[in-house]
Amino acid sequence: MNIYGIRAIYRFEMARTFRTLAQSIAAPVLTTSLYFIVFGKAIGSRMGDIDSVSYGAFIIPGLVMLNLLNESISNASFGIYMPKWAGTIYELLSAPVSWIEVLLGYVGAAATKSVLLGLLILGTARLFVPYEIAHPLWMIGFLLLTAVTFSLFGFIIGLWADSFQKLQVVPMLVVTPLTFLGGAFYSINMLPPLWQKVTLFNPVVYLISGFRWSFYGMADVDVAMSIGMTFGFLTVCLIFVWWVFKTGYKIRN
Amino acid sequence: MNNDPIISIRGVSKTYAGGFQALKNINLDIKRGEIFALLGANGAGKTTLIGVICGIVNASAGTIIADGHDTVRDYRAVRAAIGLVPQELHTDAFESVWATVSFSRGLFGKPPNPAYVEKVLRDLSLWDKRDAKIMSLSGGMKRRVLIAKALAHEPTILFLDEPSAGVDVELRHDMWRMVRELRANGTTIILTTHYIEEAEDMADRIGVINKGELIIVEDKAVLMRKLGKKQLMLTLRQPMSEIPSELGAWALTLTEDGERLVYSFDTQEEETGIAVLLRRLSEHGIDFKDLSSSESSLEDIFVSLVHQSQGTQS
Repeated sequence: MNIYGIRAIYRFEMARTFRTLAQSIAAPVLTTSLYFIVFGKAIGSRMGDIDSVSYGAFIIPGLVMLNLLNESISNASFGIYMPKWAGTIYELLSAPVSWIEVLLGYVGAAATKSVLLGLLILGTARLFVPYEIAHPLWMIGFLLLTAVTFSLFGFIIGLWADSFQKLQVVPMLVVTPLTFLGGAFYSINMLPPLWQKVTLFNPVVYLISGFRWSFYGMADVDVAMSIGMTFGFLTVCLIFVWWVFKTGYKIRN
Repeated sequence: MNNDPIISIRGVSKTYAGGFQALKNINLDIKRGEIFALLGANGAGKTTLIGVICGIVNASAGTIIADGHDTVRDYRAVRAAIGLVPQELHTDAFESVWATVSFSRGLFGKPPNPAYVEKVLRDLSLWDKRDAKIMSLSGGMKRRVLIAKALAHEPTILFLDEPSAGVDVELRHDMWRMVRELRANGTTIILTTHYIEEAEDMADRIGVINKGELIIVEDKAVLMRKLGKKQLMLTLRQPMSEIPSELGAWALTLTEDGERLVYSFDTQEEETGIAVLLRRLSEHGIDFKDLSSSESSLEDIFVSLVHQSQGTQS
């Protein structure tokens, strides 16, 4: 195991984050604050509780997930796309590092940043809405698992993209809609029966539901199902990255 | 000293996804501790060959053993031994010189060693710039940074892909001094260039690649001797309008102004015929006031080789 190699990549990526601290941290915190003011306070005050949880508190797990997914994907996809774009990837390709080590460095750094950001948003939320976390360890577990899985997904997007447009297209056209329709702002039980079924094809539903369960002990789908689906997606992403490095897809050909 | 080749390339071909065949059945041994120059025009396959050895490009066929290890199966051992200075100035704009060189050392699996990094930076006159962001550096300085990155993990094999492209004279001299020092310390150096004087000046052996084929690999001196032509130039006392028929046995040409006779001959031949030619000239009363001889440069050899290989293909 090339520990020094992993450490070099990880530090490089974290340094990149800290160079752009303002936009990395300030932007998501500001956006979340706006959500709380608009949905939590202005609109939320006119809405009834959902399963005896106030609407303001109900949306917290969803909002954290929304940011976690976006940040994980954008950090990781940017992290690997930049060397491709700037040409500095030659060094990574000629270095004695395995694909696992490359992932630990890039995905590890992206996930670290998203988890920190997730916690920061939870802290920000506390300023607007009182809430309690029923299962803090599970909450951290979901946070980590989701951050790692979607950083991995972002890494794949970064490998696949050959333009800045492509880098944006998946997060914008796929991930954001799936997150909004994944129950960030509502319980899927509020949907008509047909849409309740359709929505089960949306992987984000499982993430948000599981995460919300760790806060309030209530879930749209079974918690075991949530964990299983996330691990499933993680496995699919891992296999894909393994295949990319094995065949050299797009990067070594 | 180990006499096995440090790099052994067998039957390596590369066809890119678009169908372009960049390398055709390359067989080549690089000797331990030598400076090997790979010559070729743009697009001849030099960079692809380096890419295949370093792991940047997957070969379509063939095997490469470097430093005793298969470049695919034992890629860790191979890559830890290799340093690569790419042709293009690919750098991380926002990083400092110190950070990027330290990064390279770590990436290649070496524990931090600030003293060594300092030495590399000092050798390359980068020490004063260690805290500067790379984007603030000139092109020549960026090239130095790339060399420092390649040397950061103390490689035993160094690839320099077109190191002189866009580099001023001072840096070029610095670079060649450094290359000689590295070689003196046992590092094997493979460089690609289309500056032939560079190869002529630096290399122990030369390989010429053309359209993906290695058309010759030879000791530099042998190559020059084998393919070198010499020319004898006679400046005549009386200009002549045409070469007298009596001198038809020699490969003579007359310059346009009729003032100089040029005799081309092969240095390899036992009998160059110069003595007889000079005697014959005096017999015919052709007098000359000056005489000079010149040897063909590596550039001439290169051009003639490439032409020959194109001739055999068509």
